[in-house]
Amino acid sequence: MSKIHVQDLNLYYSSFHALKDVSMNIEACRITSMIGPSGCGKSTLLRVFNRMNDLIDGVRIEGEVLIDGKNIFGRDILLSELRKRIGMVFQRPNPFPISIFENVAYGPRVHGLAKSKDLEGLVERCLSAVELWEVLKDKLHHSALSLSGEQQQRLCIARLLAIEPDVLLMDEPCSALDPIATAKIEELCFQLKERYTIVIVTHNMQQAARISDDVGFMLLGELVEFGQTDKIFTNPVDQRTNDYISGRFG
Amino acid sequence: MLRIFKTRETITKIQQRQISEFIIEKLIFLSGLASVLFVILIFVFLLKEGVSLFKTVSLKDFLIGKFWYPISDPPRFGVLPLLMGSLWVTLGAVLIAVPLGLGCAIFIGQIVPRSLRDYFKAGVELLAAIPSVVLGFVGLVTLVPLVRHLFHLRSGLTVLSGSLMLAFMAMPTIVSIIEDAFNAVPKSYREGSFALGATQWQTIYRVLIPAAAPGILAGVMLGMGRVIGETMAVMMITGNAAILPKSFFDPARTMTATIAAEMGEAVRGSSHYFALFAIGIVLFLITFLVNLVADFVLHRKK
Repeated sequence: MSKIHVQDLNLYYSSFHALKDVSMNIEACRITSMIGPSGCGKSTLLRVFNRMNDLIDGVRIEGEVLIDGKNIFGRDILLSELRKRIGMVFQRPNPFPISIFENVAYGPRVHGLAKSKDLEGLVERCLSAVELWEVLKDKLHHSALSLSGEQQQRLCIARLLAIEPDVLLMDEPCSALDPIATAKIEELCFQLKERYTIVIVTHNMQQAARISDDVGFMLLGELVEFGQTDKIFTNPVDQRTNDYISGRFG
Repeated sequence: MLRIFKTRETITKIQQRQISEFIIEKLIFLSGLASVLFVILIFVFLLKEGVSLFKTVSLKDFLIGKFWYPISDPPRFGVLPLLMGSLWVTLGAVLIAVPLGLGCAIFIGQIVPRSLRDYFKAGVELLAAIPSVVLGFVGLVTLVPLVRHLFHLRSGLTVLSGSLMLAFMAMPTIVSIIEDAFNAVPKSYREGSFALGATQWQTIYRVLIPAAAPGILAGVMLGMGRVIGETMAVMMITGNAAILPKSFFDPARTMTATIAAEMGEAVRGSSHYFALFAIGIVLFLITFLVNLVADFVLHRKK
């Protein structure tokens, strides 16, 4: 059974048809990237998985999304539990304006997961996992806003790991970062994929080719093609995919 | 292009434009200057009249004197009961208005459905539009008897009544500034918090309130400034007795009420007259300080 199963998904922002009959299967412990030009709906699709679109007025969703076989739009779904399992990293790093320690401790605190004693160990483990511990262990009580962009993005990932999700959604996580920082975040993704299912939205085709196992190409709200990365990039079935990856538009 | 500059009428047109530009610029400059100038003139006048008191009364007797008997013989001009009256009423009003205002701002800005938001906002703004004397009048016939009944007092004209009334008058200021502070918090903080599975309330009190803290504090300070300066309503319902209040159930008289009530009967040039101006200086300094702190807090981050 696939980790995320999407069947005939349609999404409307009021009258705008943003996702059209999207069907796909995302497998566990792989990196799946979604590519396509701006406005093609790739971020919208990502935000379906943790139901962030609920925050927007006038959104209507049809179709089915099953995560581990469970319908995420079902009545028995607790939104906070869903979002705890399906973590999200945003385009711009968005650490809270509180200390580094409190940023990582935020998730466990709101879910009542850890006693304050265990919290220190947990913060250390999460920061180590994103390779920030050595650099920041003496600055844990500094404001998270004092960090560099890359460090902030790492911190946001550490913040997610603290609530032990099993899916990580990344919405263009490197678009605000320089190439070196991008390489480091990609490196981190490779390490994380052993334990997490990662879905990453990117407009950077090289990035998709470098890091992902599977690729989905979207255009105007449609999922044009979905498959293994090397296959999509070397031998795409659809002409539009071919045009896009060879740089004819986008 | 060149031809335009050669004709005589266009040259006069350009000159006209330059002249009107010059006049408008100077007019705007003058209006800007006027506001600063008036503040300085008022302060100088206040200072000149108020300081004259200290030719006959020592500063110490004025500041820590416990009795305000301006027309007894000899008169006594102790501002302390009036100062404490103002502070008690203000403290009470702030204690009531801040939690209420914070809750109201959170409700209007974060919780109420978008379609109803404007109605609630208009309601709060309407509160600001009620003249204070009308509020005082309504308070006198409704709030005062209520306070008397509830707490079994001999009179409902107490600090508490004044605080309740003033809390409502400070609400619009507090609510609108706090709401602005919440709106200024980046949306990404809210999203980030929700994406971690936090509930709405957790997001509000763990992320939004800390992020908006300077604005919240500024709202509180400005609301406080409004309360200290308020005169009419508070004069009508706090009992107007110039004694040192010992609890919220004592009557009191504020500095503003004293000036308003006695200025008409004080003989111009008398110690009494100067004493009222001295109160004015104290009041001015307090509001100035409050506004200064609010301003400092609000702009510290930039």
